[in-house]
Amino acid sequence: MGKKLVIDPVTRVEGHGKVTVQLDDENNIIGARLHVVEFRGFEKFVQGHPYWEAPMFLQRICGICFVSHHLCGAKVLDDMIGVGYAQGVEMLPTPEKVRRLGHYFQQLQSHVTAYYYLIAPEMIFGMDAAPEKRNILGLIEENPEMVKRVVALRKWGQEGIKLVMGKKMHGIASVPGGVNHNVTQEQIDRFLDGDDGLLDIDTVIKYASEALDVFYKFHEENREQVDRFADVPALNMCLVDAEGNVDYYHGKMRITDEDKNIIEEFDYHDYMDYFAEATEEWSYMKFPYLKKYGREKGSVRVGPLARVNNTKAYGKATPLAQIALERFHVYNNGKASNKTLHTNWARAIEILHSVELIKNLLGDPDLQKEELKITPTKEQWTGDGIGVVEAPRGTLLHHYRANKNGEITFCNLVVSTTQNNTVMNRTVLAVAQEYIGGQNEITEGMMNAIEVGIRAYDPCLSCATHATAGTMPLDVQVIDSKGNLLDSKKR
Amino acid sequence: MSITITIDNKEIKTDIGATLIDVAADNGIFIPRLCYMRGKPCLGTCRVCSVKVNGWMAASCTIPVQDGMIVEVDTSEVKDIQKALVETLFSEGTHNCPSCEKSGRCDLQAMGYETDMMVSRFPYRFTERNKENAANLIWLERDRCIFCQRCVNFIQDEETGQKIFSISGRGPSSRIEIDKELADKMNKKQARAASDICPVGCIIDKERGYDHAMGVRKYDITSIRERILKGEQ
Repeated sequence: MGKKLVIDPVTRVEGHGKVTVQLDDENNIIGARLHVVEFRGFEKFVQGHPYWEAPMFLQRICGICFVSHHLCGAKVLDDMIGVGYAQGVEMLPTPEKVRRLGHYFQQLQSHVTAYYYLIAPEMIFGMDAAPEKRNILGLIEENPEMVKRVVALRKWGQEGIKLVMGKKMHGIASVPGGVNHNVTQEQIDRFLDGDDGLLDIDTVIKYASEALDVFYKFHEENREQVDRFADVPALNMCLVDAEGNVDYYHGKMRITDEDKNIIEEFDYHDYMDYFAEATEEWSYMKFPYLKKYGREKGSVRVGPLARVNNTKAYGKATPLAQIALERFHVYNNGKASNKTLHTNWARAIEILHSVELIKNLLGDPDLQKEELKITPTKEQWTGDGIGVVEAPRGTLLHHYRANKNGEITFCNLVVSTTQNNTVMNRTVLAVAQEYIGGQNEITEGMMNAIEVGIRAYDPCLSCATHATAGTMPLDVQVIDSKGNLLDSKKR
Repeated sequence: MSITITIDNKEIKTDIGATLIDVAADNGIFIPRLCYMRGKPCLGTCRVCSVKVNGWMAASCTIPVQDGMIVEVDTSEVKDIQKALVETLFSEGTHNCPSCEKSGRCDLQAMGYETDMMVSRFPYRFTERNKENAANLIWLERDRCIFCQRCVNFIQDEETGQKIFSISGRGPSSRIEIDKELADKMNKKQARAASDICPVGCIIDKERGYDHAMGVRKYDITSIRERILKGEQ
């Protein structure tokens, strides 16, 4: 008699999802799936709105990486009015740097949120720890000074977003062809020197480095578990600059294999020529894959691990991140890492990288210049655009079309979590096989192991706001092949 | 001729015939309003400036002051009625402040804040009145119109004096209309003026968009209350 294990909802991720694990009579794993059980519909209800509203409107899809959605939309609009990368037009220095600044601040705050609030409890307490301890409140009890530093670090990121976007959440900076403001020296000095309640840059770098120390300690103490946990194959994809290293705002789309061979590299405007999307009746999330390689071999991983795998060097301008990157590559013998928990290592590296990038940008005089946007002629209007950025969770794509009146007629959003759909499902299966296969009793630790695998991707299942740790109910049921409830646990 | 009226138990000397809403503002008493613009003829359409005059509710923009008039503004009853009137406007149209480019410059949004509105007590109608690429420089978001008639009365073709905007239909079928031929003759300055006179995000100047960063938008800098009390609007 087969059984079905259900984890619904998955906690400490953005949005709503559930996991089902199918077992045979001997409790061997037959299959495991991550289902995304909510539907948003932004692609439909933006239609009919004037095109210039899109980056403002569509950023509301997410309460965490809204700057990424905003910037992605801004790049689309640049194309639509005829002054974008699709036309070979380089953005003016000031708007590009203002946009980048907001992007890096958001990456910092998003990664810090995911790393400490959602992921760190298992690194500090272990996967088997009691659930009432295994959350941010447990961290506060265990190490209040560290949590204070985390809050201050995240606040610095949030204030940086406010500097660029005008608000800590869902503000506005980008307009078609540029931005609506620059940044003043006085504003910059607040972030370099610190202000009432705001850290100075040196302290921010120190606190950001601590994220790596947390991982190194966890890795040192649990090396076998970390390196064995859900080692799942996938290609690695991210935007890269001319040197082939990650560029979070703009570049070519590069896809590499395990040996870091480049198997595809293309202008992201050609995305649809390379990718197809499969659907499954059990999930609202699509499964993109490279047409040429098929669904099994052509699925990609995006996000911190993919970016770090793809990046040979950050360069001298970000020396601390460079040292951390080198350590990562040496540990993995120069190969791409497929180890799911190395994603948290990569995320910690990117926390530091973001801060160093911000520091460099804050010293760039272009931020203060007055030339804010390119104004096109009416004849340049194309009404079609594609934007791609590296959001904290990975490669994010927006594609809009508008009619000659400027009304949006088409919108397609391929978010990073969608790109990771197949590899996340592989992770769920691998963890289920390792931790649940052949076991009779379901324990809290087994259930949590699956969630740890999912959380490593920091998936944004709805591209919406965070669920607060520990408050969402988890209902696990063992159901026989006839649908009879055999066992259940709730928390 | 000088007369005396009483607003909230405060005796105020003023001139006979002055409009109550202006007298109040000149004496530091804020009365919300959406259709009224100081210095322009009274429209009396929105009723948001309703106060109690000699025991009866009346739109203060329509009332010339008279000697001995007793006015109540700062009472819970009057304030709740004003708030309810603002709420009806939010319920009747489709007002999506978070993505509306008029946010921060919108009188209706500002009055929502001033009247402490949190959510409308009335069911939202989600009225659908087609949006339109109405003219070379104007985009119309019809479901945001509150039928104040500012544009109808104060925006005219510079050459002929003809009205460019009008209202068609009655009751729930009402909708703002635009004379496309005349609207296409508008220059950028006129289009901007039409957009600015609209107290909501209905008449959109297509060349504007989100041109002001948050923190430096009209009502971010000076609140609508301060502007009214300074006699600026």
